[in-house]
Amino acid sequence: MSGLESLYQDLILDHSKHPHGTGLAPEEGVTATAHERNPVCGDEITVRVRLDGDRIRDVTWEGSGCSISQASASMLVSLIEEEGGMPRAAASTLIDAFREAMRSRGQIPLDEETFGDAAALSGASKFSARVKCAMLAWVTLENALAQV
Amino acid sequence: MTTLAGTFDVTAVRADFPILSESVNGEPLVYLDSAATSQKPRVVLDAERTFLEHENAAVHRGAHTLAAEATESFEDARAAVAAFVGADPESIVWTSGATAALNLIAYAIGNASIAYGPLALQPGDVIVVTEAEHHANLIPWQQLAARTGATLRHIPVHDDGTLDLAAAADLIGERTKIVAFAHVSNVLGIVNPVADLVALARRVGALSVLDACQSAPHLPLDLPALGVDLAAFSGHKMLGPYGIGVLYGRREVLDALPPVLTGGSMVTTVTLDRAEFLPAPQKFEAGTQPVSQAIGLAAAVRYLEGLGMPAVHERERVLEKRLRDGVRSIPGIRLLGDTDADDRVALCAFDVDGVHAHDVGQVLDARGIAVRVGHHCAQPLHRRFDMTATVRASASVFTTEAEIDTFLDALSGVRAFFGVGR
Repeated sequence: MSGLESLYQDLILDHSKHPHGTGLAPEEGVTATAHERNPVCGDEITVRVRLDGDRIRDVTWEGSGCSISQASASMLVSLIEEEGGMPRAAASTLIDAFREAMRSRGQIPLDEETFGDAAALSGASKFSARVKCAMLAWVTLENALAQV
Repeated sequence: MTTLAGTFDVTAVRADFPILSESVNGEPLVYLDSAATSQKPRVVLDAERTFLEHENAAVHRGAHTLAAEATESFEDARAAVAAFVGADPESIVWTSGATAALNLIAYAIGNASIAYGPLALQPGDVIVVTEAEHHANLIPWQQLAARTGATLRHIPVHDDGTLDLAAAADLIGERTKIVAFAHVSNVLGIVNPVADLVALARRVGALSVLDACQSAPHLPLDLPALGVDLAAFSGHKMLGPYGIGVLYGRREVLDALPPVLTGGSMVTTVTLDRAEFLPAPQKFEAGTQPVSQAIGLAAAVRYLEGLGMPAVHERERVLEKRLRDGVRSIPGIRLLGDTDADDRVALCAFDVDGVHAHDVGQVLDARGIAVRVGHHCAQPLHRRFDMTATVRASASVFTTEAEIDTFLDALSGVRAFFGVGR
């Protein structure tokens, strides 16, 4: 696979064109919302997380940006939805592992078992200029969780 | 490096730039990001190295032979750069770059305002900029306005990227003290009507400040003839080294401006209580200067003069036309500054419908093509066109027609790659 195709896998293009979890859910129960920008390109995202006790009920978002940042946000939502929500501790562990892989310059691949569709983002870690794009939604969710 | 009248030997020019033999992603480098930073010819790299290997010593102090030689080379560099912009050496102040030069002006006026000196701003005074400014020619004025109680206003940009001069004439009024604008926008590439804006500023006695970053590398520049009071440009965008730039000022204006950085090398008599300052330019050059970089910049302007700035301008107009016509002919692309005006430099920024600028840049990069993506430090201008990020391609003296064509070919395949517009 060429560099370009490893970055823009079909799964990524599909998610970026038909993203999951867009449109912020109404604030209900314990809700936290965070906003982040990538000042280099002006991309921005708002992520809302709703919790039942220590469990993430759902994650929704809105924003604009490149296909990598949009696909990454969508994949993050899919991952959490797949489990029907997720304990927040598990989400924090996932975010940490995702960050470590993204910063590894392609040395640490994301496994599909753990990361689902988001494993397709492994290719982005080889493109240092795109790591921030891939990280944006995940960091914003982390910031939202830190509020509650 | 040879240029014959009426011809431009780009092959010979390219041989002067070592980096152009690099490959990127297995493809020959196509460097179309000179508006961000230009590549450097070997003579610039050699000038710095030669100075450091044979002449290096502290300038403007010490009486030993090396110190004298270093001082001569340093001041020769100032004279070379001054001549390049039609100015006297005394009106050229070294800075670390255009950002530092523009901030120097803003802080100097701030200092004057505290001391109620000449050029002081008072609450209610007006600073006028344009909607198309690079952040470096916007934020220093925002900050100066905040410190002094002055008001910041902007000249709007028409849909075609040209400045609204009628609005400028209304905006620049009795209370206007500063009119700051780019010679050439780093996003639009259009040469602004400097004479008109200077006339509007003069009519009300306002200082005119020119950001010449995107004109100095590309067209013949005569700052005294343009009539601006102050100007700034960066070495690294005009084939020169990093860390060196220029503040140009008319003598009377530099004399009236108080210093910003103070310390060694800028004083005559110093007591424990006070200091007397040297005249400009030394008044603004406290501390150790970027000497080898200044000498490198002089080598860069001598190189450009060897090519001949009128020839450079003519050459780049050909490239600009090819670039603009080519970009316009690709479906789904919206050019910023879409005017038929031919007074431009060879850069263009555009939006690709349905594909984010970062993704466009990535596809081009896979072909070895380096372009800038993002807001190019001009967020207000992008907001004006309802965009957050665009792609910018910018040429230089070493750019070939074949490179423009490679870029256009790659660009024309971008929407298909992302399955857009089918």
